[in-house]
Amino acid sequence: MDLENQARIKELTEKYGKDDLIVVLGGAEAEASGLAAETVSTGDPTFAGPLSGVSLGLKAYHVFELKDQVNADVYDEQISMMEMVLDIDEIVNEVKTYRK
Amino acid sequence: MNYPVVKGAGYALIQASGMLVHYGTTQTTEGRVNPESEHLQKLPGHLRSFEAAVKYPPNQTYIGNITPDGLSNIPRPWYENPINDADRNGKYGEIMPEDEFIGLMKIVDIFDLVVLEEKFQASVKEKLAAHPILAGINKFENMDKNISAIDEIKKMTDEHLALPLYFEGKLVGCVKKAHEFDDALSAHVMFENLVAKASAVFALKLLLAKSGLDKEDIDYIIECSEEACGDMNQRGGGNFAKSIGEICGCINATGSDTRSFCAGPAHALVEAAALVQAGVYKNVVVLAGGCTAKLGMNSKEHVKKGMPALEDMLGAFAVHIGENDGINPVIRTDAVGRHRIGSGASPQAVMTAIVTDPLDGIGYKITDVDRYAPEMQNPEITEPAGAGDVPQANYKMIAALAVKRGEIAKADMLNTVSSFGMPGFAPTQGHIPSGVPFIGPARDMILSGKINRAMVIGKGSLFLGRLTNLFDGVSFLIEKNPGTIDTGFDKELVRKMIGEAMSDFAKSFSAE
Repeated sequence: MDLENQARIKELTEKYGKDDLIVVLGGAEAEASGLAAETVSTGDPTFAGPLSGVSLGLKAYHVFELKDQVNADVYDEQISMMEMVLDIDEIVNEVKTYRK
Repeated sequence: MNYPVVKGAGYALIQASGMLVHYGTTQTTEGRVNPESEHLQKLPGHLRSFEAAVKYPPNQTYIGNITPDGLSNIPRPWYENPINDADRNGKYGEIMPEDEFIGLMKIVDIFDLVVLEEKFQASVKEKLAAHPILAGINKFENMDKNISAIDEIKKMTDEHLALPLYFEGKLVGCVKKAHEFDDALSAHVMFENLVAKASAVFALKLLLAKSGLDKEDIDYIIECSEEACGDMNQRGGGNFAKSIGEICGCINATGSDTRSFCAGPAHALVEAAALVQAGVYKNVVVLAGGCTAKLGMNSKEHVKKGMPALEDMLGAFAVHIGENDGINPVIRTDAVGRHRIGSGASPQAVMTAIVTDPLDGIGYKITDVDRYAPEMQNPEITEPAGAGDVPQANYKMIAALAVKRGEIAKADMLNTVSSFGMPGFAPTQGHIPSGVPFIGPARDMILSGKINRAMVIGKGSLFLGRLTNLFDGVSFLIEKNPGTIDTGFDKELVRKMIGEAMSDFAKSFSAE
């Protein structure tokens, strides 16, 4: 996960606390999305960024999981093309692993 | 209307294992954060030989010895299926080893910043003097200057006055800083800029040699790498383009630098096409050299997965845009795609802006384009790092847009992808894979009648610069030349029309 994003998420968690904060991912691939979910929950597994050894315990959701929460027209305009392109089940299953 | 044409393309690859180990940012960051890192210890065992780099099928595709379609017939992993009779010389370019390239860096260095060890300098001088394209290059005399002993080089690097250069694990020279205090002229910045300059010089020399373009006929050069040349008072002042043209003897050219992260080359090609079509310049060359920071960018994953460190190649290219000759493929300047500031950042918004909007403008469908060349990154490099197959993802997005527009059925998506797609074959050097590697093959495929048109797509991640969250994208169509040249004002035609009008007038007059 991008080191700058790690720093921003760490800062936001310190400011708002983890209870009312979720992370919404838009990754195009299962492994990378899982890595991002892992980074914000248990810490950066690559030990490269500010979340190395920092367990924020945040829950991450892929945007595909939040389809029902989004206005249908906006979803169609912004995301429906990628729904046809990406392996949704694989991505969602991988991201879910880190919410258990 | 006379559209400008693509007259030729030159492509260079340089194997730079020493630069990967010492100056790739993945390695320099790791060294800073975790000096005892397992990755840094294991990495040297994953470097490949120059011969292996030459025999690597995607590299052979980049220099034009295999077509992209030919590459798709070679089973993966490609690094386990080498082309045994491969040559470092190709139809469009060449693959160069690191020692010769360090010599070329010294040749293009006007300020005596590159210092080489005596024996190393003599050995690369001999090799470059025998090089068919580089022998006799301007400033070759630099290979006789500034010879140094290894102890002197070591002293300069130990005292942080210079950045060490390595070949096959041994210290062979250094790049000195160009100013005592100026960070924009530090040894590190000068090293990166001299690499970008030297590799672009190589690509331009290859273009001149392969296409027959006369260096003195070049009017304008647009350089579109991702480096910044300047000093502390104007950090990105420029001008790589003229410095490259100077070494290549382009005495009648001027030039400038264009930047937009990985989309830079697509912007530069549109600018070149516009300058030629407007008649401002007859011959424009768009070029860019390679980037050391990105070497070994995904090497942690490659090493972990037991693969060779495949990101050991610097990439460079040069493309010649000229006036309509009735033969070469045209650039349809009336079908330029652009990601507007107001387009939105979702992949769907980006693809609509750069693929379907320009096609709609001239009444084409997605399926009217025979080939698409988006970011042509080699999937063998990106997949192990979790970034997937980038060209394939782009093809699927384009096909999904075709489904949404009702141009194809959803069940035909994958067939459509294989009809207009190609495997990625370019090194992950940011601006290098961004559509331009296909210009050489596209020109040949159009000239031989295999395809009629191709779309070149460049995309750029502007948010990396932390000034905007915007994305960028530019595209253009290359199309078969209709074979005619519009000569503009036709005196004979006008004379005939006036004659006919006079005759009609006389007839009507006599009828009264």
